[in-house]
Amino acid sequence: MKETSYAFDLLQKGKRADDREFEDFRKLELQTGIINTAEGSARVKLGDTEIIAGVKMNVGTPFPDTPNEGILIVNAEFTPLASPDFESGPPSEDAVECARVVDRGIRESHCIEMEKLAIDPEKVWAVFVDIHIINHGGNLIDAAAIAAVAALHNAQIPKYDGEKITRGEYQAKLPVVHKPVTVTVCKLGEKLFVDPTLEEEQIVDSKLSIAFREDDYICALQKQSAGSINFEEIKKFIEVAEKKSKDLRKKIWE
Amino acid sequence: MGGKKSDIELLKGGKRTDKRKPEDLREIKMEANVVPNADGSARVQFGNTIALAAVYGPRALFPRFMQEADTGILRTRYNMAPFSVVDRKAPGTDRRSTEISKVTRLALSPSVLLDDFPKATVDVYMEVIQADGSTRVTALNAASIALASAGIPMRGLVAACSCGKIEDTLIVDLNGLEDNFGNADMAVAMLPDKDEISLLQMDGLLTKEEFFKLLNMAKEKCLQIVEQQKSVLKKLYKVDKEMTE
Amino acid sequence: MEKEVVLPGELLGERKGRKLGQGVYLENDKIFSKILGMPRISDVEVIVLPLTGKYIPRFGDRVVGTIKEVEISGWLVDINSPYVAFLPLSEGVEEFVDTQRSDLSRYFDVGDTIFCKISRVTKQKVTQVSMRDMIARKLYGGVVIKVTPTKIPRIIGKAGSMINMIKQQTKCEIFTGQNGFIWIRGENKTKAIEAILMIERESHTSGLTERIEKMLGGK
Repeated sequence: MKETSYAFDLLQKGKRADDREFEDFRKLELQTGIINTAEGSARVKLGDTEIIAGVKMNVGTPFPDTPNEGILIVNAEFTPLASPDFESGPPSEDAVECARVVDRGIRESHCIEMEKLAIDPEKVWAVFVDIHIINHGGNLIDAAAIAAVAALHNAQIPKYDGEKITRGEYQAKLPVVHKPVTVTVCKLGEKLFVDPTLEEEQIVDSKLSIAFREDDYICALQKQSAGSINFEEIKKFIEVAEKKSKDLRKKIWE
Repeated sequence: MGGKKSDIELLKGGKRTDKRKPEDLREIKMEANVVPNADGSARVQFGNTIALAAVYGPRALFPRFMQEADTGILRTRYNMAPFSVVDRKAPGTDRRSTEISKVTRLALSPSVLLDDFPKATVDVYMEVIQADGSTRVTALNAASIALASAGIPMRGLVAACSCGKIEDTLIVDLNGLEDNFGNADMAVAMLPDKDEISLLQMDGLLTKEEFFKLLNMAKEKCLQIVEQQKSVLKKLYKVDKEMTE
Repeated sequence: MEKEVVLPGELLGERKGRKLGQGVYLENDKIFSKILGMPRISDVEVIVLPLTGKYIPRFGDRVVGTIKEVEISGWLVDINSPYVAFLPLSEGVEEFVDTQRSDLSRYFDVGDTIFCKISRVTKQKVTQVSMRDMIARKLYGGVVIKVTPTKIPRIIGKAGSMINMIKQQTKCEIFTGQNGFIWIRGENKTKAIEAILMIERESHTSGLTERIEKMLGGK
């Protein structure tokens, strides 16, 4: 019930349950290289939200439309371990959406130099980014995007002799050159805020995810709520997202 | 699993690939309540194998035809993350994980007491996030801690250990290489307080004598593992005690 | 905390004709704990009080519930449990109601909060609640928070001492359900909620009453 929700009550008064300002993120913890079976990995904790992203690489055939480029595949698993609301079975709408939003942030920012992943006319590297939710404490997309990009920055290309991949041995770092950051901005009543907790997320009127590159290019946008967003409001959303993406980028890479 | 030919020497001068003696467990780490959303949860690490388990319930069970009028039911799901293995695993359920989900449920069933929860379900979700052999037993050890920390009534904790054979040497707690290239492997779970075995699976070739020897080795290790499970659970409420000064 | 916690499967002693309370089971005439909890062992009875776990309805409990569905002859009530409770029309409203003509949402609608009593629980946990109780009522406005049901006794305190202190200090109206739902209304509800959540977190510590008093006083 929206009206009896404590988060709703507080937000109306300009407060949040954990005493944060409206434009504050929860405590962000990032570790990379945490999975030794993966070519690159990262764990992100954002308040109660915890996500692990793993990068695996295989040799594959290029897509016909991009014969000289590597392949990127982003997948998200909302495992039932992470929330009472997640169920086993094929990926839910939310999981597919999360994967696609993160994918676009990476792909559209040209974060990976895909042309460097061509091996020969028939073979290219395929980069798999798997996002695994460990605990759903709200704002999965932002946390997943951080985890995915951090895992890519952490990734190395395995040794390959033209026939066989030698796992555990690497030839080079994965060529990752940009630092896209996604920020989801929420609106309740007249107020905009970021990094919603699970409880806050359930009562927002509208929600917009925006990915920024370090040179201030927007590389992805996704409206995620049933509620609409006004024209004028969009500007405010973007402003908040840009500011917060810079803060986050500093936290992640400095 | 077992029996594949390999040019790797699994035993060299009585030492295993990770320098262990045949009867040594890897370093074990356990932690309870690692998934705040869950009613109970745990993370267990055996060497490089890491499994998480979360328990949700008792909670209402739908569709209704699945309900049992006089008891709650236990459901389990075992899953491996795509990045948990060296060659990426396709996400989702496959034949192997379907089987392990079933056998782990059967391993926990003798312990859980669900009479007080008619028509409800207790769900146990196990996720292997990094695999280096013995994943199902690692996941089971986590599940047992998670169930207890969720306050689910149980006859006793469940502890599990793998064991196997390299050439003629019997070993416990197989790593990934030993799992793939050893001559036999076996998964054992038990209620150490009750001296009952709740999971037993083996593939490979073993003599009867070897089998019993292995089972005893596994039991001895389960007794050791359950002590660590108990101390992790008791520690959950000891922290509070220290706060009182 | 004078006694260690016990774990499922832990031996608590021989039966010796004693009564089996909650949280224990009998095997080969020996008594074992079946849960993670605090043992209470006497010559008469052996009990283990749970430290965690879901709310399972018991006869006579007073609970805070929210209306989930309005049916023809009563209401389905969410009582923070695997089991949904039923509030029959006759237990919910005093006056005569012609169910042919009137919609029961006039009395309690979806989303309404009530304070009620568990009036029946069958073996299969078919659960009925009633408003026919001195203290039962519909709760208007306010917010509902959720705490671990096993911590409710600590939040209430001995003979209501803890909750009364919070009510007095914050001037809030508070209804504490044994099911873990707590309803709060008043200007200072943020303070009251902070106090309740602090008790939930630190329920096993001593000197808690003093700390809560200090926290409420130190506004």
